[in-house]
Amino acid sequence: MAALSPQTLPAATKATPAPGRPHRIRVWRGAILLVAAVYFLVPLIASFAFTVKTPGKGVTLDAYGQIFSAEGFGRALLLSLGLGVATIAVVLLLTLPAMLAVRLSVPRLRPILEVVCTLPLVVPPITFVAGISKVLQWGPDYLASTPFYQTIISIQNPDFPVVLVLTYVVLALPFVYRALDAGLSAIDARTLVEAARNLGASWPHLLLRVIVPNLRAALANASFLTLALVLGEFTIARLLSFQTFPVWIYTISGSQAQVSVAVSVFSLLITWLLLLALSSAGARQRSGK
Amino acid sequence: MNGARVEFRGLRRRFGNTVALDGLDLTAEPGELLALLGPSGCGKTTALRCLAGFEHPDEGEILVDGSDITRVPANRRDAGMVFQSYSLFPNLNVKDNVAFGLRVRKAPTARRHARAQELLELVGLPSIGERYPHQLSGGQQQRVALARALALEPRVLLLDEPLSALDAKVRVNLREEIRRLQLSLGITTIFVTHDQEEALSVADRVAVLRAGRLEQVADPATLYDRPATPFVAEFVGTMNHLPGRVSGDKVTVLGQELPVEGPVPDSADVNVLIRPEAVLLTPDEDGDGKVLVSSFRGSTARLRVQLPDGSEALADVPGHHSVRLAPGTAVRVALVERPVLVSVASSGEHGR
Repeated sequence: MAALSPQTLPAATKATPAPGRPHRIRVWRGAILLVAAVYFLVPLIASFAFTVKTPGKGVTLDAYGQIFSAEGFGRALLLSLGLGVATIAVVLLLTLPAMLAVRLSVPRLRPILEVVCTLPLVVPPITFVAGISKVLQWGPDYLASTPFYQTIISIQNPDFPVVLVLTYVVLALPFVYRALDAGLSAIDARTLVEAARNLGASWPHLLLRVIVPNLRAALANASFLTLALVLGEFTIARLLSFQTFPVWIYTISGSQAQVSVAVSVFSLLITWLLLLALSSAGARQRSGK
Repeated sequence: MNGARVEFRGLRRRFGNTVALDGLDLTAEPGELLALLGPSGCGKTTALRCLAGFEHPDEGEILVDGSDITRVPANRRDAGMVFQSYSLFPNLNVKDNVAFGLRVRKAPTARRHARAQELLELVGLPSIGERYPHQLSGGQQQRVALARALALEPRVLLLDEPLSALDAKVRVNLREEIRRLQLSLGITTIFVTHDQEEALSVADRVAVLRAGRLEQVADPATLYDRPATPFVAEFVGTMNHLPGRVSGDKVTVLGQELPVEGPVPDSADVNVLIRPEAVLLTPDEDGDGKVLVSSFRGSTARLRVQLPDGSEALADVPGHHSVRLAPGTAVRVALVERPVLVSVASSGEHGR
């Protein structure tokens, strides 16, 4: 959004000299906003109406009360949040040092890194999960006592399936790459790094004290996108039979339709709150810059 | 004097097919301000970055006070650097920027703040400690960067074109201030610049680099008066190229015979390099030269003059003479009697 405004601004000022134009633009703006609002709000309102109106009982918030007492709700939500946090930690620790190293010492490898990081976007999740389950199933008996086998088993622990973290790291790469790349381009990373090195800073020190603080908005952005991805990912978790939050919503919709929709509205609310927190953090950094 | 001696010995560095340093030998004496001057791509910045530890030479070594630092990591070099681009940490206020190096060394907070304040006073900005870099002008940012570079009392101060992003007036003020500070601290300073005026005005000695090699190193007056090569002569100050003919160790130019300084080329037709102030003009109705344009500069005036052979030259005369030498005046042109440099003639290039 922020990237759009500088482009739209000159267009608007250019339009002002012609009399009558601003008014027409305002009308069009309103019309488009209305269409977009209808597109987004109607399903939301319909969902909300479905959850609060029970035939015969009138309007109640019972469905929302039932969310918290529903079987498995807490466990599924905590699992998804845990997976999200772990994925964010792994993907950031992986990409930030790599991207910085490529920018500083081998800038000509940047296009390659970009292609590699964008690749997961073009692989459909279903292909992805088919490959993963093939690998997980493979495990001849004679390997049963080896650490390799143990590893395969332990990453599939249903209480915390590490295999999902690994998968989500790959899925999140394109979004994280974009966010961090924009952030790194906005600061003069090379000069900041060299200035810090010149003042005696070790690499870990300058990463934590110089790069991370100046990339706060980009890091928040990348984290949010990753969290949203993990909280919404259904295909892979379902096909590998793990009870993450989206899978749980799907499971419960069979028996308690109203509660499952209520949960969807509820999770949308959480996502919005996270987005709001993120954009206010970004705005604070911009005003402080 | 607490300055260190810095020596570059046979420094070589190539990037792909381009040779940035081609066997650079150069020594900065303790406490001296040495300017590295040259056109872009001459290797001056690469030499400085090798000294800072951001580049590694393919061959050769760098010595500070006799000890080889070529393989020492950048964060242990004890050299403060001011960069061309604004390099203050945007997330830290001015005081914390200046104290960054002390913080890395885990100095106590009270000492950090005291030292930061001391340095901000030194660079003439005592009351901006709480501000953030984006609230400062370019000149202020570079002053703070200077304070930050000096906070750890480094043995060497490295300046990588620190003034090139600033307005002309700020640039002149700040370079004088850098020189004043450098003299009072006695710190060995290496100042990279492509601006010959800047180099001549602040440096103890100026090293002119060309294609990764040292062309000449000398104090500013020597460099200007007795350039060792035609390249230096042209790069430092303004030069006229006048057609001349060599015979023996003399050259005939504008009907005057002058001794040749430095190597004499094989070909007889040469360009003779003459400073504008070595061109003497006398108003004379029978003179075969003519003043074309005059630009008054206060104490001097620079005139563009048409020579008898139709070519043009620049001449500097005392400012009050310019009244008698208005455009259109016929003049007699003579040259100061002194040895001159010559270069092999290339067609159609007169004056600069």
